[in-house]
Amino acid sequence: MTRLASDHTASPLIFELGQDGRANRYIDEGGPLTDFLPKDALRADLPLPDNTELDVVRHFTRLSQRTFGIDVGFYPLGSCTMKYNPRVNDAVASLPGMRDLHPYAPDELAQGALQVMYELERTFCSLFGMAAFSLNPSAGAHAELAALLIAKAYFKDRGQMHRDKVIVPDTAHGTNPASASMCGFKVISLKSDERGRVSVEELKKVLGDDTAVCMMTNPNTLGLFEDHIQEITKAVHDVGGLMYYDGANANALMGNARPGDMGFDLMHLNTHKTFTIPHGGGGAGHGPVGVAAHLVEFLPTPYVRARKKPDADAGASPSDQMEFHLDFDLPKSIGPMRSFWCNFAHAVRALAYIYANGAEGLTKVSQLAVLNANYIRVKVGEFLETPYDEICRHEFVASAQDLKKETGVRALDIAKALLDRGFMAPTMYFPLIVPECLMIEPTETESKETLDTFIAALREIVDTAKSDPESILAAPQNTVVGRLDETRAARQPDLRWYPA
Amino acid sequence: MYTPHTERDIAQMLAAIGVPSLEKLVEVPDAVRLREKLDVVPALPEFGIVKRFEHFAKKNTGASCISFLGAGAYRHYAPPAIAALAMRGEFLTAYTPYQAEVSQGYLQAIYEWQTYICLLTGLDIANASVYDGATALAEAAIMALNANGRKKVLVSRAIHPNYRAVLKTYCDGLEVEIDELPVAKDGTTDLSDLAARLASKQYACVAIQSPNFFGNVDTPGNAAQAAIKQSGTVLIGVVAEAISLAALQTPASWGADIAAGEAQSFGVALAYGGPYAGFIASSKDHMRRIPGRLVGKTLDVHGNEAFVLTLQAREQHIRRERATSNICTNQAHCALIATIYLALMGKTGLRDVCSANLARSRELATRVSSLEGCTLQFDAPFFNEIVVNVHRPAREVLAKLQQRGVLGGIDLGRYYPEYSDCILMAATELTSSADIETLCSALEGIVNVQSFDKAQDDKISV
Repeated sequence: MTRLASDHTASPLIFELGQDGRANRYIDEGGPLTDFLPKDALRADLPLPDNTELDVVRHFTRLSQRTFGIDVGFYPLGSCTMKYNPRVNDAVASLPGMRDLHPYAPDELAQGALQVMYELERTFCSLFGMAAFSLNPSAGAHAELAALLIAKAYFKDRGQMHRDKVIVPDTAHGTNPASASMCGFKVISLKSDERGRVSVEELKKVLGDDTAVCMMTNPNTLGLFEDHIQEITKAVHDVGGLMYYDGANANALMGNARPGDMGFDLMHLNTHKTFTIPHGGGGAGHGPVGVAAHLVEFLPTPYVRARKKPDADAGASPSDQMEFHLDFDLPKSIGPMRSFWCNFAHAVRALAYIYANGAEGLTKVSQLAVLNANYIRVKVGEFLETPYDEICRHEFVASAQDLKKETGVRALDIAKALLDRGFMAPTMYFPLIVPECLMIEPTETESKETLDTFIAALREIVDTAKSDPESILAAPQNTVVGRLDETRAARQPDLRWYPA
Repeated sequence: MYTPHTERDIAQMLAAIGVPSLEKLVEVPDAVRLREKLDVVPALPEFGIVKRFEHFAKKNTGASCISFLGAGAYRHYAPPAIAALAMRGEFLTAYTPYQAEVSQGYLQAIYEWQTYICLLTGLDIANASVYDGATALAEAAIMALNANGRKKVLVSRAIHPNYRAVLKTYCDGLEVEIDELPVAKDGTTDLSDLAARLASKQYACVAIQSPNFFGNVDTPGNAAQAAIKQSGTVLIGVVAEAISLAALQTPASWGADIAAGEAQSFGVALAYGGPYAGFIASSKDHMRRIPGRLVGKTLDVHGNEAFVLTLQAREQHIRRERATSNICTNQAHCALIATIYLALMGKTGLRDVCSANLARSRELATRVSSLEGCTLQFDAPFFNEIVVNVHRPAREVLAKLQQRGVLGGIDLGRYYPEYSDCILMAATELTSSADIETLCSALEGIVNVQSFDKAQDDKISV
């Protein structure tokens, strides 16, 4: 059948589509390049395709139709907080006054942008119990790096360069040890206890005057609240170390408990998780780094400063009575983490989300996220092993270990069978301490009906695994391609198209 | 709140869990309980949010001024088709495409991005993006440090000062020293003692930006390239104005082993500094040291061609503390925007943008340098930025221009004390002759009046 490529059928590479002579006229050209630059400064050819706008629009539309996003369906991806991304956030980030502002616009002509940054920073400080935040880092891992550089600068300032150990629980995100390495720290992995928590006894064994930082996330990646957190932070502080809070799981406690109150000295947020910034297929993210009072002077540059306007209208909102500037002059700062001040468009989105909720709303958000996770946990526990059978926070882990023994169906196969049923797969094989792990985080924006359908799909997969395991092992069948040959991809890397 | 829960839902779910209340569900030990009243902005309905942000946007008056600001962030024309495509929810709300079977579209787009970056830089491979130009340089330096085990890096002082500052932040962590190559009189990197400095084989890499921070084409000649190669030093080519890649000799052609740059110019909004998209491309030799995501083409179980994230053994989620970088999130959506931009523009469109930038910036250079009291600081060939010496503190001149509604450029004294009388000005295809005339007539008034003032001051001080 002769068929026009459309809908879910594959689109050729953009490089295979083009034809010379199909250029779009977007701007007027300025004349031959050789009129302006010596020939030896110019490249001889530019092997890129010319396409009509219609062909480009169809191409990328087709690519979008072959991509799963939150807007397509339920995304129960543990530790990633795939909640609904409100469209109004994008709308206000796209206002010309936001979109077209150059990073070198003078402070006086960028007061609205600075006000957004200021309001966001102040809100984060209150919500998480920190003295100050820098909005500078570009993502969670980038903020971890910033935080560890702050710790390093702090110890250097105090003449304690010998502190070179970073303690990381075995449930931690992979970025934690990787970030520590980038600061020259040695990583000590800490084994969790049988309750899935950091053991205070084990921790004390590795603490000493070489301890720099202990990195934790609370709740941890098993979705469990570290209930001995106060003893942990005290033990680390007693040996002169700093406590770092990995904010990847902040959606579990926002507005209900604060890292600052638990004794954390440093933290980061993933605003692309907790504060509804769209993940965009893997970024751009945004990773504010927060610190307690003794670390403020080491924050990355620049920092937004506010002062009361001399002619302030007393009736205006508190921030409308202020004027702002970017402060680059922080002698003890670790320096900037990125080219320009922050992922500003994301700061706009995060603040818009905070306006949509207020304090009360944000508190409710995390409660409902925890409600959704526990509801799934209890129901899934009826047919899959849930190794930590207690109240969880925003996420929980299930294990397909028993199912695998019984049927040969692994966590990976369950994930692929979920794809067939229109769901994104949960996070798999993480945290590393749970065999055949499925890590499920529903977020608060999913309805009970969606959760019930998900639970029913998962039950159906487990039942089918027992009666007809082959059909699960063959999943996915309803997707545009089947399982990929990843070994081939790694052994014979094909990372680009080459011109003929 | 964007939450769908009815009271009935909550009651039913709590009952299923066996917990009496939501508060009980999120309870923490009393010692760490929240005791303070939260100080958060007030909740607003959506209409109120729009009003509030329109209020903020209105205060950003700099967004609508006549502007000659560049310096690593450029105003270029972005066809509306970009936003129409990139803002599709499937792209916008996808996670990193770990589940390849339901992410083929995004994976293909990243594969196309990787290809575009290779074709533009002339190098073999490119990653799926990094945070921005500055972090691209830092990550490229780490690749070089890992490649030859040396402990110092050498960078041109004509590289964007912010990129060098970020490199320093990273190098402080790694305890790596940075040395700098000075700027020559013509506004390019002074490479006169390069061979001597490299002979000791102490530098993991040498980084040079072209067009450099001053807008000048700045590429090492054959002798410098040979010295770099002979000493086993990795040459990093830095590109802050990606549009230039469509016109100038590729980094590969001037000997770069790694290209590190910023793709903001490819349709990504200025947005007061971010998000943008950094890129890293390299020769094949560095394939297993490149940081971040890589998309590869492979086959599925049915033998169909398909795309997948690959060579993940380099990455933090597999290798943890032994990873090539801690990078996890990249800038996929900005890279997608850039890919759509490049597809729409094509070879012809990009050449048009380049020639328009060259033409407008030359018109700017000619007009400004014809003013009394304004001279061009450098005479090297340039792309779309120039350095204008106003023979007066640039800061003061820019402040006066600002009063006349013109953002005249960047005070170079901010980063280079020796150039405190100089302004870095950019002109792109969006700069009109009328903009240039407005700038020049404002500048004329300021610089002339000031030359007069200066003469008076000099007399008094004598």
